[in-house]
Amino acid sequence: MLFRALVFCGYAFLLAPGVFVFAIAFSSDRFLTFPPPGLSLRWFVALWQHEGLMGAMQRSAILASVVTLLALAIGVPAAYAIARLRFPGREAVFSALTAPLLLPTLVLGLGILLVFFPFGLAATWPGLAIAHLAVTLPFVVRIMATALATLPADLEDAAATLGAPPLTVVRRVTLPLALPGLIASGALTFLISFDEVVISLFIAGPRLSTLPVAMYRYVEGNTDPLVAALAVVLIVFSLAIVLLVERLLGFMRAVGR
Amino acid sequence: MTPRLLPWLLLAPALVALSLVFVLPIAWLFRISLNISEGSGAMVEAVALDSYATLFADDFTWALTANSFRLAATASTGAVLLGYPIALFLFRTRSRFRPLLAILAVAPLMVSGVARVVGWLVVLGDQGLVNAALIGLGLVERPVPLINNWDGVAIGLTESVMPYVILSLLAGFGRLDRSVEEAAATLGAPPWRVFLRITLPLSLPGVVLGWLIGFVLAMSAFVTPRLLGGGRVFVLATEIYDLALESVDWPAAAALAMYALALLLLVLAAYTALTRRIAH
Repeated sequence: MLFRALVFCGYAFLLAPGVFVFAIAFSSDRFLTFPPPGLSLRWFVALWQHEGLMGAMQRSAILASVVTLLALAIGVPAAYAIARLRFPGREAVFSALTAPLLLPTLVLGLGILLVFFPFGLAATWPGLAIAHLAVTLPFVVRIMATALATLPADLEDAAATLGAPPLTVVRRVTLPLALPGLIASGALTFLISFDEVVISLFIAGPRLSTLPVAMYRYVEGNTDPLVAALAVVLIVFSLAIVLLVERLLGFMRAVGR
Repeated sequence: MTPRLLPWLLLAPALVALSLVFVLPIAWLFRISLNISEGSGAMVEAVALDSYATLFADDFTWALTANSFRLAATASTGAVLLGYPIALFLFRTRSRFRPLLAILAVAPLMVSGVARVVGWLVVLGDQGLVNAALIGLGLVERPVPLINNWDGVAIGLTESVMPYVILSLLAGFGRLDRSVEEAAATLGAPPWRVFLRITLPLSLPGVVLGWLIGFVLAMSAFVTPRLLGGGRVFVLATEIYDLALESVDWPAAAALAMYALALLLLVLAAYTALTRRIAH
């Protein structure tokens, strides 16, 4: 009984911000008042009409798409080498490629700004896209290395034995087998880039602000149910991607080590 | 194409990209920290320890260090205490809802940090859920300040590191043998005794690792201390940001970042050493 109560308390604490922000997002009041005096959709309408935030959302969606394609294009071959090929220094390369996940994004963001600034890459689209690789690429390598390592190798061997050239084996056997993992890591990469805030705060500059940066600056200035509505949109979007990943690859397997 | 070269051809783009956004930035951070600041964005190229001397002579640096350590320790301890029952439950349950409950425990780490801060403002604000409940029950007359202070930041950080701590605890439970607990129970030990004498000691390595992970992540956090602290909570992360983007004193910001990085690497080294010892 006591154990059940403790488990419940843990969940209640962990999920409280995500759950109660819904109540406020549908509030008819102008403040974050609990309980909301009435229900309305006015804050979602206001969000839809907020040019600053909607523009930032569009920018973030474009940026995250570009970053996802880049990270997959660069990360999947690396993950394939690590998962399927034997070569000296394999472990060390894997550790090096996933090391940025251990560092604070604040330190990475500052370092990237200092490197990009002299080259005029700060506050530019290419600069922002490359900077986002710092958090997305290690993730793609880690998740795809796990996904590829668990694929049955004998199917590839069989295809090769039957005379298929190496590229055909990759195209006809490895890729179709790896497709769920590929889509799952692509979806998670999109989400990470879409939600990335700290590195973007350093690189984005005033005119190129992404959605998390715009939201950060909004919350710094004022808090009203509008930003709660935006939080609800982001939470629902994240959950949709988590469920997609769960169906394709198993979410716990994707985020665990 | 020789097979020996093939792995490196596949790895080359990733290694180039990572040196551009990881190796080079950290090296450059160190290089800039050796320059001499002239204030308001200007700096002189040099190889000097001036910014480190200024940093370590300032009492504020030590106050920030203490703040960061205290906050990270509080948040990580809270996350372990609240996360342990969840992890143990997920490890043991045979409920068909287990996958769903596991996702609920870990999914918050995929939710935007700013969105979660907004959630806490809703719960902890002056007119938020907690204060509405306290006033409604007649326990307090005026709202208790739960945001724009250390308490709010500690609560927000506890929640934000909890999913990682739960994952780490779950990994640690892997070595927990159910039959030992059952044997103790069969021999007549009451449940609390089984927990204290068997479950807890066996899961202790996982607890320590989970705590260290939570500590590192809480110490690295920036958004939660800044937004829930309302500009009144000063830790290493917020100061690095202010030095870099408000004062535009790059050598000072870089030196403080190197210092914070060194502290984190010490904790991570402890983590690695411990993982090795447990593995043996």
